[in-house]
Amino acid sequence: MGADLQVRPWFYMHELAVTESILEIAIRHAQEQNARRITDLYLVLGQWSTVVDDSVQFYWDIISDGTIAKSATLHFRRVKAELACQDCGEEYHPVNETLACPKCGGTNVKVKAGEEFFLEAIDVEELT
Amino acid sequence: MTQRIPIVEKILSANDHLALENQARFDGAGVFALNFMASPGAGKTSLIEQTVKGLQGRLRIGMINGDIATSLDADRAQAAGATAVQINTGGDCHLDAVMVQSAITQLNLTALDLVIIENVGNLVCPAEFKLGTHKSILVASIPEGDDKPYKYPGMYRGVDAVVINKIDLMPYVPFRIDFFKKGIEVLNPGVTQFELSCQTGEGLSGWLEWLEIQVREYKKA
Repeated sequence: MGADLQVRPWFYMHELAVTESILEIAIRHAQEQNARRITDLYLVLGQWSTVVDDSVQFYWDIISDGTIAKSATLHFRRVKAELACQDCGEEYHPVNETLACPKCGGTNVKVKAGEEFFLEAIDVEELT
Repeated sequence: MTQRIPIVEKILSANDHLALENQARFDGAGVFALNFMASPGAGKTSLIEQTVKGLQGRLRIGMINGDIATSLDADRAQAAGATAVQINTGGDCHLDAVMVQSAITQLNLTALDLVIIENVGNLVCPAEFKLGTHKSILVASIPEGDDKPYKYPGMYRGVDAVVINKIDLMPYVPFRIDFFKKGIEVLNPGVTQFELSCQTGEGLSGWLEWLEIQVREYKKA
């Protein structure tokens, strides 16, 4: 039998790990600026990133409690997937099963947007 | 008074950083590492079994298996001849670099050429969490249906090879392979593809050959 590694004993989805990272990044940047409180966080999520806003919000309310980011508002900016056909130049948002270029049918395509997953900015209060 | 602080930092940058540390550990020991991702039941463990058996005496293989519960998969890999470490994620839907970091310490890397990390069966988030492997493999299978690249584009985007398993079931399942491949082609142009069956052994030799070349080239560099 393989050696058993019990890593985390409770059930959760990947949004908890994601939310913990968001909190860590925000607090680190706020502290670098000597801010006392974080009031707003601006997140950018591509359509093809796998994060569910509601789950992040759910975990956020729990894990931000007791930190300088408590009660901070999460703003989600969703970015649509955008593809560019390298053959005919068409730029398009893929819908359902139309990944290939809707104009020329080509598959020589570049992904221009939709995979974003970052913290763009935060608003902070009471710089000391 | 509030003030805006521009950040622009990737949410999973901490995991990415740790993944680089894991890769450095593999590199320090000259071990090539693979991340196997797939939906549950696609045949990750079967492919690992066949790989371990097929490369027996040619490559020394270790395996890190991530599952929500049980060590069934690690047991199977071990029975096939691999050194196996089981990670039970306790409900987590993917492996991350932290889990892999602790699992690596349980493997004697100097006695290995190749480590295969079997991710949790899931087509949603494993692609977002880098582990520190040199290459990522997506194992797809015929009964899953031909629309998976369209439904889970993120998974097909970042992988280095796609293995299409269970091709022996082609006569029994409606699966438009051209449609499937067209999706892959858009998302990941030119990605290496294998069509095989772990059940009948058809197509396995091409995969084993490719994998052995990857490991040999890595060790040469």
